[in-house]
Amino acid sequence: MDEGASQQNALTRRDMIRRTAAVLTGTIAATSALATLAPTRAWALELQTLSQHDGETILAFGQTLYPHATLPTAVYAMLVKDLDVAAKDPATASLLRDGTASLDSAAGGNFAAATPAARLAAAKAIEKTAYFAKVRSTCITSLYNNELAFAHFGYQGASWPKGGYIHRGFNDLTWLPNPPAAASPTVGVL
Amino acid sequence: MAAIAHNDDTAVVIIGSGAGGGTLANELCQKGIKVVLLEAGKRESSQTFIQDEWESFNQLAWLDKRTTSGNWRVATDFPNLPAWTCKTVGGTTTHWAGASLRLQEHEFKALTNYGKLEGANLADWPIGLAELAPYYAKAEHKMGVTRTNGNPGLPGNNNFKVLYNGATKLGYTKCSTGHMAINSKFRDHRSSCLQMGFCFQGCKSGAKWSTLYTEIPLAEETGHLDLRPQSHVVQIETNAAGKATAVVYVDAAGKTQRQKARIVAVAANSIETPRLLLNSASNQFPDGLANSSGQVGRNYMRHLTASVYAVFDEPVHMWRGTTMAGIIQDEAALKPSRGFVGGYEMETISLGLPFMAAFINPGAWGSDFTAALDGYTNMAGMWIVGEDMPRETNRVTLNTAVKDQFGQPVPNVHYDDHANDLAMRAHAFQQGGNVYRAVGAKSVIETPPYPSTHNRGTARMSNEPKLGVVNKHGQTHDVKNLFISDGSQFTTSAAENPTLTIVTLAIRQADYIASAMSKQTV
Repeated sequence: MDEGASQQNALTRRDMIRRTAAVLTGTIAATSALATLAPTRAWALELQTLSQHDGETILAFGQTLYPHATLPTAVYAMLVKDLDVAAKDPATASLLRDGTASLDSAAGGNFAAATPAARLAAAKAIEKTAYFAKVRSTCITSLYNNELAFAHFGYQGASWPKGGYIHRGFNDLTWLPNPPAAASPTVGVL
Repeated sequence: MAAIAHNDDTAVVIIGSGAGGGTLANELCQKGIKVVLLEAGKRESSQTFIQDEWESFNQLAWLDKRTTSGNWRVATDFPNLPAWTCKTVGGTTTHWAGASLRLQEHEFKALTNYGKLEGANLADWPIGLAELAPYYAKAEHKMGVTRTNGNPGLPGNNNFKVLYNGATKLGYTKCSTGHMAINSKFRDHRSSCLQMGFCFQGCKSGAKWSTLYTEIPLAEETGHLDLRPQSHVVQIETNAAGKATAVVYVDAAGKTQRQKARIVAVAANSIETPRLLLNSASNQFPDGLANSSGQVGRNYMRHLTASVYAVFDEPVHMWRGTTMAGIIQDEAALKPSRGFVGGYEMETISLGLPFMAAFINPGAWGSDFTAALDGYTNMAGMWIVGEDMPRETNRVTLNTAVKDQFGQPVPNVHYDDHANDLAMRAHAFQQGGNVYRAVGAKSVIETPPYPSTHNRGTARMSNEPKLGVVNKHGQTHDVKNLFISDGSQFTTSAAENPTLTIVTLAIRQADYIASAMSKQTV
């Protein structure tokens, strides 16, 4: 029991060391639509389970899979954050660690540091793997279902708190003529 | 609200509280008939609905395990989610967009008008438009359908402006904001539409008709309804005389209950309805309840479906306002010269950013995908709703290798597109794209079918007990006091959104059941 506890402590200490070391950081550009939305332009993501290298690889992989030229890195960091949480499950953690290795190998050493073309080729090389499926499907919810993404893409989210769009531009399009009233009656009395 | 005892065998027990079951319950209660309404889901309300696509999906959608097979793309993209239907009081009327179209006369006689098609199990309905017309009128009145009963049309949103202008340039003449069960003015104690978007997530103003806050409370007011949410039915029991006697369900506490019944009506949507009949097999009904025809679960139809999105130079903000804001009906007519039988409707649609990412091209990645989403604010969209072919091999079966949380075999949904479906979809993609190209689309995106919302046909209607599961009143040929009250009854799919017809059939069925009860013939 003592030996077991000691091993556990050792693991915990190692985890602590790794944990304090694994932090992804970045800055949202002052020109971004998100600059006014985030509390500060500088962001930092402290990883609980994944290593620094896993985190950097996943972030670069997300940018390779879903490249948006002006989407701030802070949004791609949400992918890393969600997979870091998922990695609490040991099988997922192992899948992600092995995935880093396979991407590095496919990119000739270090995926995160490779050229965009080399990253794309590496992504295609592992397209049929469970790791690819896991990261790609997580991208869909991590990248596009958050307030920062809504602001970046111009989506307005919930409208009920603001009374819908009946007085807020549901029919404000002016680059085409308005349909006749027979096809599209004017707004009536509520 | 009534409290009906478990051993009371005088009530009608209805399974499912959506368009079919919720309507049937109210119609029967209004006639003084006692009803136990069993609903697998919880009771939500306009107050508890959530305008967040993923959260709402988790609140309302039917997420019990299902499996899929066949060459339809849904089986690849969403292998455990063949359908987007709801498990909640009000069923899929919480989620539907409100389009309320009558079927066309020629569609009731599909075999006669289309002829025999290889690989399709076409048949004529045992009823026609003339027989249903008075009931359609009652349904439209009940639901407050726009452009009927003096209800004005809804004002079109930006997405509709794009559709209308494209349609007009193409020479289409049947384009308007359509017939919608959404209040265009205060009516029936419910507000008029606030153009919120989020029709799919449950209407927070109650402007869109749903049995949740229309039929069901009206039925409760009569004192004849016993609504039991979180009651998941697992079996229908029969006696030696071959009549349905009781329904076994698992309640909210996980306890198995048995409710006796005079009549049982199944309205669990066209995947769960046949599943329940098949799971109710007994020595007397070895192939499943009411399945002497072998047609239970077969002829599964889900509408053609596909979507066309287009990106323009200028903003559209398509998510603002009603999701299904308008319709083009010119392609709904029967014109075999197009290379296929049946027709299709083109209806505006919009998804929020989260669901657009999930559905625009499931499984896709890379710069084509991201370029489409980069154009999100400048995007317009339409959904194609077309008649798909009934096929005996497109069917819901029991997957005995996979069990649900109650230990019951899950349904497997098999669907292969028919050549007619493929020809129609190709035509619709072309025409849908043309609508948008006519008003300057920079790019056009052809989006594959979503998980099905228009599930029908798995307990089809026929005068011939050998060819169908139910008669023209939805009464099963084999078990006289067992009725099917949802879209499973549909003999063929027709091109129209099915809810109005499901409600219409339920109103008509209530008259039949009440009459049969008073004459003691059931």
